[in-house]
Amino acid sequence: MFPMRTPFVIRFLSALPRAGWIAMGLFATLTLVIMPALHLFVPPESPFHVSAYVITLGGKILCYAIVAVAMDLIWGYAGILSLGHGLFFALGGYAFGMYLMRQIGRDGSYQSDLPDFMVFLDWKELPWYWTGSDSFLWAAFLVLALPGVVAFLFGWFAFRSRIKGVYFSIITQALTLAAMLLFFRNETGFGGNNGFTDFKRILGYDITAPETRATLFALSALALMLTLLLGRYLTTSKYGRVLAAIRDSESRVMFIGYNPLHYKLFIWTLSAMLCGIAGALYVPQVGIINPGEMSPANSIEIAIWVAVGGRGTLIGPVLGAGLVNLFKSYFTVAFPEYWLFFLGALFVAVTLWLPEGLVGLWRRLKTRRAA
Amino acid sequence: MTVEAENPAWEEQAPAIGHVRRPGLDVSHKVILYLEDISVSFDGFKALNNLSLAIDAGELRCIIGPNGAGKTTMMDVITGKTRPDSGTCFFGQTLDLTRMTEPEIAHAGIGRKFQKPTVFENHTVFENLELAMTADKRALRTLFAWLGQEGRDRIADTLKLIRLDADADRPAGLLSHGQKQWLEIGMLLMQEPKLLLLDEPVAGMTDDETERTGELFKSLAGKHSLVVVEHDMAFIEQLGGKVTVLHEGSVLAEGDLATVQGDARVVEVYLGR
Repeated sequence: MFPMRTPFVIRFLSALPRAGWIAMGLFATLTLVIMPALHLFVPPESPFHVSAYVITLGGKILCYAIVAVAMDLIWGYAGILSLGHGLFFALGGYAFGMYLMRQIGRDGSYQSDLPDFMVFLDWKELPWYWTGSDSFLWAAFLVLALPGVVAFLFGWFAFRSRIKGVYFSIITQALTLAAMLLFFRNETGFGGNNGFTDFKRILGYDITAPETRATLFALSALALMLTLLLGRYLTTSKYGRVLAAIRDSESRVMFIGYNPLHYKLFIWTLSAMLCGIAGALYVPQVGIINPGEMSPANSIEIAIWVAVGGRGTLIGPVLGAGLVNLFKSYFTVAFPEYWLFFLGALFVAVTLWLPEGLVGLWRRLKTRRAA
Repeated sequence: MTVEAENPAWEEQAPAIGHVRRPGLDVSHKVILYLEDISVSFDGFKALNNLSLAIDAGELRCIIGPNGAGKTTMMDVITGKTRPDSGTCFFGQTLDLTRMTEPEIAHAGIGRKFQKPTVFENHTVFENLELAMTADKRALRTLFAWLGQEGRDRIADTLKLIRLDADADRPAGLLSHGQKQWLEIGMLLMQEPKLLLLDEPVAGMTDDETERTGELFKSLAGKHSLVVVEHDMAFIEQLGGKVTVLHEGSVLAEGDLATVQGDARVVEVYLGR
């Protein structure tokens, strides 16, 4: 039959409208070519130079944007509000952090083969779960597998028991809190409350070199674009329509023969794995990962990015993550003690007056102009 | 027919995640649905009380009864939403409905229209039909599902039948009450069920729409089996099938409409004592 033979590429291309591809192309030019070039080849005296601070902040925000898109897939399209997505982000970060710790080699303060914190704890050898952590490929595998397995197991039990709505949200919040407490313990073997830091190298390259920074920035941008394309493909496919139907009326979907468990479990696990990738790109750029990333407040912040940008729009959460974090980096310097109050007020304001976020506002203005 | 239907591999495959393939529907003894001594109670209230009922293949059966007689609970038991406290419930000779999940029952061939029209309001009319259409409904298969020409034709035919072809691209939430009822009937037909359970299908329809619905149901009987729960006596008269009266969770009377209406106990239940 004809449609089965329609090349997958064509199906994929049709997931995005023409304007979407143009925007994507502009974004790619900016993040893959212009920004890295301005950082690397323009001398620091020039007004066009992009500083290390900007490129790192940009890379960090790109990682957050990936998390926001992952969150939108599960919250906006499947109607499942996770307040524990920071956990999956941190797990990806820790999985890759293990590799970065091993890359330090004997350049740590104690000049030992073991990471500094293990020497400090008087450990004589690596714990079994650090086996293979010197391999980049194993680390890359763990970045996907660790959040994936945790999410799959948790999701399997939660969705099978038909836990929904606020109950699900509260349990995810408890999950990330429990993981944070676990990682705070020195005996857990992940550096306790200091976590991992003082990285020196990645794949043998100096981690603070401008070339490395520019590459990581470009990789983050690429990962974000691929995440957006994947999200767009998923949500415009029949799978996405079933998912939205489950969100709107789960029992009805069951009576027409779909099993919501598998639908939810797939998007939930995928969403967690995307967060893992974001975490792995984040850690080498900011140079630290500690259990603070698993704090409940972090996960709530992710939900706020999505709400500000507009749920169920994919592009909205990217804008939300960008704007809130740009503002945060200014605000936490100018008025550090008021940031959390501001964040809370922002969430209340968006919920009350902008239920569909910035994208919803844009659409409303557009239809008003048309009318 | 869908793309997937051409590739029957999924029918034969070993049990995939969650989908245990069961023996197909066997109606060799004429009966398609068989309920015996079904009891369901909620917090001590007996919604169904030793209910026994048999529907023949191809039959059009109407079920009436005052509010709280257990009509909706009975449908819940048949579709797997509610598990009975006791009793047996078989689809054909072989399928024990009390041991199957909602999606499994739907796959086996029982379709249900709810009392309150429940369509997917944010999806278009077309998409509502697409979701309901028979296909491989497992999650990973729908990821790569692509609607073929045959599928489009089937949807177009159904759209014409339910007279919503002009509204195909509108969100279903914008339809009138009667149109939603029709859309839900259309969704039911897209599933190609062997047994259709219809809970108050003509509520909120105009007289003209009601009559057309009646014609449609009569044309479906024979090929499909239908169980219609209704209050509208004129509609039941138009359908002309056997009528079962439920009262306090069990069958009070059964027969053609005239016989049932003449039954002294039925009159008492409806008029009060």
